[in-house]
Amino acid sequence: MRKATLIRVALLALLAVAAELACRTGLIGRFTMIPPSLMVTGLVRLLAQGELDGEITTTLLGVATAAGAAILVGFGLGAGLHAMPRLRRCLDPVLATYYAIPIYVLYPMFLVLFGMNRTPIVFIGFMFAVVGMMTSTLNGLDRVPPVLIKTARVLRLSRVRRTLKIVLPCAAPYVFGGVKLAIAYAFVGVLGAEFILSGNGLGYQIALAFNNFDNKTMYALILFVVLVVASVNSLFFAWEHRLLRRRER
Amino acid sequence: MSGAHASLREVTRSFATEKGSVLHALGPISFDLQAGEFFSVVGPSGCGKSTLLEIISGLSPASTGSALFEGRPVGSDVPEGVGVVFQEDASFPWLSVRENIGFGLQQQGVRSAEIRRRVDDALRLVGLWDFAEAYPVQLSGGMRQRVCIARTLVLQPRLILLDEPFGALDQQTRLLMGDEVLTLWRATGATVMLITHSLDEAALLSDRVGVMSARPGRFLEIVETGWPRERDSRLATGARFGEISSHLWGLLRGESMKAMRSQAVAA
Ligand SMILES: Nc1ncnc2c1ncn2[C@@H]1O[C@H](COP(=O)(O)OP(=O)(O)OP(=O)(O)O)[C@@H](O)[C@H]1O
Ligand SMILES: [Mg+2]
Repeated sequence: MRKATLIRVALLALLAVAAELACRTGLIGRFTMIPPSLMVTGLVRLLAQGELDGEITTTLLGVATAAGAAILVGFGLGAGLHAMPRLRRCLDPVLATYYAIPIYVLYPMFLVLFGMNRTPIVFIGFMFAVVGMMTSTLNGLDRVPPVLIKTARVLRLSRVRRTLKIVLPCAAPYVFGGVKLAIAYAFVGVLGAEFILSGNGLGYQIALAFNNFDNKTMYALILFVVLVVASVNSLFFAWEHRLLRRRER
Repeated sequence: MSGAHASLREVTRSFATEKGSVLHALGPISFDLQAGEFFSVVGPSGCGKSTLLEIISGLSPASTGSALFEGRPVGSDVPEGVGVVFQEDASFPWLSVRENIGFGLQQQGVRSAEIRRRVDDALRLVGLWDFAEAYPVQLSGGMRQRVCIARTLVLQPRLILLDEPFGALDQQTRLLMGDEVLTLWRATGATVMLITHSLDEAALLSDRVGVMSARPGRFLEIVETGWPRERDSRLATGARFGEISSHLWGLLRGESMKAMRSQAVAA
């Protein structure tokens, strides 16, 4: 584990150095990409000025809302659907093809439904995330071995206790996978929607910088987004690892 | 103790298959488990042994007929006082061995000092003392099965149903675990029903052995061993043991061949 981390960091550093050299020597033109060191200084400057604090808050709040709602609703729907096998069989094809729909094309409809504000953007993030959470929950519940349910019955546990003490712990790794998926999808949905469709948020600022040939701001913001997503993910990875360490096969 | 502890009256069990036909898995069976006896069930694979266990315990309903436990009809709930060790691994992978074994006691609200004491005893009994803090992934299949046995025994059930509990153990451990179960059976006065594939094990441990036919399973004969209550695996060296064992095999040989043929046709 330690060694793998070391190699990973070394590889990333190597890539950064290579990019730096390529940019500095003119192998990559200034209008294509700026040297990584300038991205970092640009980001530091942006953050120090606090100019984009509002946009950052807007976007992160949007992602958090979309992910949070998707996790709760997705879990609820997954658990509900698991209890209704007949309905589930009807919906299975819909769930399986869900991610083939380019959800962004529904934006006009969401605009009409929710009005010209942040809600349609957040809703797109939610739509991206919720089905991933739902299928992960279903998957987790499917994998609870029948013999554990029988054990719960022999121990005369109530339905609630059975769910809390046996079903959920057993399905936890899959549910957790769904949470990670939901967060990643919420980022993709919200930032993508901002980029293409909206007039505010980090995604919009990146698009704006791009259109104005403002490479410095654009790359600083891209770096920021990558850093945020990477740290949120590794945070979850570490938490998951701590929770599941003991039962990993 | 005497009298029937659990009884089946004209019990049958059928399953609807995917093709829409009906699979007659068990019975009709009528028999009594006498209070405090050690009863073993042997029979060819797929003859309905696990199904029988599920009906006695209330885990699965009989299609016709009825089951009684301590004089009361068994409904859709497992009655209090019944313990089951399943054929499959039923250990909880998210709990340590100690937590696994104490799980039932904890759910019953037993004080933690008391849980600790009883779990310690159970750990020693099943030989997992050194693995108390380990997790099931770190254990072999046989050790996991011992966790499940201990988890059932700490609850001190009056009727213990064991479905192939020693299947994953090697012959030596099997014999020793058999002795332990005998000791426990004597000490607690519980009624034991053991399903096993091993005719020797059945012959050695039981007061009576129910020999089942190929599916749909019925009792071909219930063989009395006549062993004294004080007994252990050293019986296996005597002549009487050989007699019982070969009698069981005589009953089962034809049935096992029937079962194998019908499985070959089905496949
Ligand atoms: N839930 C079920 N649905 C359909 N068929 C079932 C079900 N449970 C058991 N059966 C069938 O009933 C028959 C008896 O099964 P059972 O598990 O009781 O056999 P068994 O004697 O315990 O076998 P083994 O020795 O292999 O454990 C088998 O043919 C099995 O396929
Ligand atoms: Mg079985």
